[in-house]
Amino acid sequence: MTAVTPRGAKPQKALSPRNIMLYGALVIFSLYYLLPLYVMIVTSLKDMAEIRVGNIFSAPVEITFQPWVKAWSQACTGINCDGLSRGFWNSVRILIPSLIISVSVAALTGYVLACWRFKGSEVFFGILLLGAFIPYQVLLYPLVIILRELGLFGSLWGLVLVHTVFAMPINVLLFRNYFVALPEELFKAARVDGAGFWGIFFRIVIPMSLPIFVVSGIIQVTGIWNDFLFGVVYTRPENYPMTVQLNNIVNSVQGVKEYNVNMAATLLTGLVPLVVYFFSGKLFIRGIAAGAVKG
Amino acid sequence: MKKTFALLASTSLISVGTSALAVDLEVTHWWTSGGEAAAVAEFARLFNENTEHTWVDGAIAGAGGTARPIMIGRITGGDPMGATQFNHGRQAEELAEAGLMLDLTDLAEAEGWHDFVNPTSLLDSCTIDGRLYCVPINIHSWQWLWLSHQAYEDVGLPVPTNWDEFIEAAPALQEAGKIPLAMGGQPWQAVGAFGVMAIALAGKDAWSAVHIDHDAEVAAGPEFARVFEAAAQARAFSARSNVQDWNQATNMVISGQAGGQIMGDWAQGEFQVAGLVAGEDYSCLPGLGVTEIISTGGDAFYFPKINDPEVEAAQLELASLMISPEAQVAFNLKKGSLPVRGDVDLEAANDCMQKGLEILATGNILPDANQTFSPDTQGQIEDLMVEFWNDPNYTPEEAQRLYAEIVARAD
Amino acid sequence: MSSARRARDGARPPIRLLRNLSSKLAAIPMVLVGLGVFVGGTIWTIVHSFTDSRLLPRLNWVGFDQYERLWSTRRWLVSIENLAVYGIVSLVLTMCLGFFLAALLDRKIRFEDTFRTIFLYPFALSFIVTGLVWQWILNPDFGIQSVIRGLGFSGFNFDPLYNPDLVIIGLLIAGLWQGTGLIMVIMLAGLRGIDEDIWKATRVDGIPIWKTYIVVIIPMMKPVFVTALVLVTSGIVKLYDLVVAMTSGGPGISSEVPAKFVYDTLFTRQNLGQGFAASTMMLVTVAIILIPWAYMQYREKRQ
Repeated sequence: MTAVTPRGAKPQKALSPRNIMLYGALVIFSLYYLLPLYVMIVTSLKDMAEIRVGNIFSAPVEITFQPWVKAWSQACTGINCDGLSRGFWNSVRILIPSLIISVSVAALTGYVLACWRFKGSEVFFGILLLGAFIPYQVLLYPLVIILRELGLFGSLWGLVLVHTVFAMPINVLLFRNYFVALPEELFKAARVDGAGFWGIFFRIVIPMSLPIFVVSGIIQVTGIWNDFLFGVVYTRPENYPMTVQLNNIVNSVQGVKEYNVNMAATLLTGLVPLVVYFFSGKLFIRGIAAGAVKG
Repeated sequence: MKKTFALLASTSLISVGTSALAVDLEVTHWWTSGGEAAAVAEFARLFNENTEHTWVDGAIAGAGGTARPIMIGRITGGDPMGATQFNHGRQAEELAEAGLMLDLTDLAEAEGWHDFVNPTSLLDSCTIDGRLYCVPINIHSWQWLWLSHQAYEDVGLPVPTNWDEFIEAAPALQEAGKIPLAMGGQPWQAVGAFGVMAIALAGKDAWSAVHIDHDAEVAAGPEFARVFEAAAQARAFSARSNVQDWNQATNMVISGQAGGQIMGDWAQGEFQVAGLVAGEDYSCLPGLGVTEIISTGGDAFYFPKINDPEVEAAQLELASLMISPEAQVAFNLKKGSLPVRGDVDLEAANDCMQKGLEILATGNILPDANQTFSPDTQGQIEDLMVEFWNDPNYTPEEAQRLYAEIVARAD
Repeated sequence: MSSARRARDGARPPIRLLRNLSSKLAAIPMVLVGLGVFVGGTIWTIVHSFTDSRLLPRLNWVGFDQYERLWSTRRWLVSIENLAVYGIVSLVLTMCLGFFLAALLDRKIRFEDTFRTIFLYPFALSFIVTGLVWQWILNPDFGIQSVIRGLGFSGFNFDPLYNPDLVIIGLLIAGLWQGTGLIMVIMLAGLRGIDEDIWKATRVDGIPIWKTYIVVIIPMMKPVFVTALVLVTSGIVKLYDLVVAMTSGGPGISSEVPAKFVYDTLFTRQNLGQGFAASTMMLVTVAIILIPWAYMQYREKRQ
């Protein structure tokens, strides 16, 4: 009974058995999570001769950036040998409009659901939420037809629309939950001042909701950037996003597989979401936690 | 009026641009390996040089199985490309039936395709309800066993001249740490190899009964039992190939790590790119050296209907160019396939291609399975084969029973 | 929450029609997406699963033929089995590992931020990237197998991607690497929400830490577990990219999954009817998981 320790608040002896076990476990798990990143980096900096004789965990003897150059600007799919750069810019061109549109639509819808319910709005919200659980495969073909009827099939805007549609459930949920928690007095005051639907939205709700916009933005940036299925189904090759092009480059073998170029290409593709993640760390975590736990 | 204009533009290839507007024509295909890319570049070069239009390359990596969905999706999705590759056969049948493809009948009649295309069965599979919807561009035959001289030299054995000798020599290769039969893991390779054994070992009659008449009894009979036995043997000798793509498997033959590979004549291109000489560094046995028959599969180009007379004119020009003697020679030499014209001379063809040309001339040919089975049936066979090929415990008897069931409900 | 809503409703200005108009206008995208895409698309697919549509959809009824054929197709059965095995193992491991890591991080350790960053970063990466990296690490000629053999254990065999019996393990290693971080974060948020007094009380009672977790903490975190469960399950059913990048369904058909079966049947095999039947089955599977959960949520809210 005497050894009642508060939950870690007091500094402990550095080498207590508890600490050794605790940190030991953390370090071991960290190795599992870090290993692929490490292997990607070292492989992408070796030349093929070294890869063939060496082991994948060893550091490069002679660092070469050639694989990176090749992956970015020379790797071939078919007779197009302009590397991943094309896919990168496509992804950027897909990402920006998709991001803006999907976040705006979700924010507005969340606002309606939180503050301006009308008869039946909850029913639509329920339908929308169920949509999050419909396997994409069920909707793949109907969306082909919808896009064809809209004349958007194969264009960037078609893909933007698909991203917006599939982003709605989770993002609407996020915004709605956030807006519901805003202090009500503000709305009352605004209404007394004569602000209407749009006035409240732009002048009160949006300025107070920067964190949730950032969170939703982060979810969308990573989601859109990492998408593969929609990119394959709904675009034409010159508009292929980076993930699809990555898979193409890695799978279109000319002679021997160049593992170093493949790994450089893989890293390049992962770079954008990683940068977003590392720079937004806490907001990212807060966002997914908030969205998931409340939902 | 439009049609006459289109015809005029197309029949005279070197129509130095007066009225015709330059069009960027997107051409989709799945030729991405070294030899294939070199071949398709020939088409692009000729098209850019001889017309004022521009070839926009829409290469889609991966096997046809990856690429076809994208092509079909775009055509049915209302975003058609200028031209697209399919295999000879029924892959685009419904698209043409639905009126989504450009009718090439007038062009073909004007140029007399029926006079020089050999075998004419290639045009038959382009024809639906009497109208022609595609340009056959090459003949690919699956029935080849590629052998590495290096591998057999290493173990001090003569290079086999038929399947039985190949099987006899296999254990020696295995002992030397080589893989007797290189096989890529992609599903279509398993189906293809089985098809080759079926023609070579079951014989022409049994093969035709199953593939053309969809006779399930023959599929369950003794001729095919032999094929399944041989496939089980081949399965054992191809274990541990550990590669996915066909050209990686070919590469094992090129480097002498593997004794041989059952692969279509497109493997030729890879040997060529690697600088190997047919007859000296590698051998090729048509029909596994047992039955010298080749199937006339291959590729054809379809031109999705685009309601724009200028694009249509460019499409017809490309169609005409692809079947022209110059393009046929340039393309097929690089691709390692046979030309669809009986009237061109492939002097530059190497040993293996010459063998193919000879067999073609004798008329010992069969249609490709893609021409006789629907993609759906082909898909079911593919699933069966790929499972059989990868599971050593899958008995040939069980596989044959299921095979016969598929044939029974084939369409 | 519901009381707040009522209060707000009461505070609305009296001009109902006008106000409703703006909000209804703003709700148009939601209605279109919900009804037009989610409901409409689903019904369309289900309806066409009863037809013999091949390359193009057509309404030529064949009853349950597509379903009969589907359930006698070996590849479909293998896909379902794979998904069940992958799903159950991945669900259990993700939850355990996620909770375990969260519990470790919750012990007021140093460098918590660093460790959390490390565990979560794979979640930012796509399944394509994940699949390609692990494919490389698990490559028998260069990866783990060859390295361990090089250390002198020449008999060491670990080539899950080339072994039909082990390929699911290969997928699991990659899938868990990518997905556990998210569950860890959710669990951590749940743990942080637990009152400090409860810890104090258990300490006073002398209950060991591990027992406290199992007997006290986990039961308190039921809602968090349910949320995590639903998130993981709905992710599992969608499993596609990872398989495409890592194994393409191979060796043989040993790592096929339903999502890939649907894609291949719809687009490669040109058999829309069959593909729609398969995707309808996927939907049914999700519904079986989801309906009890939705019912539970509903009942809790009522209480």
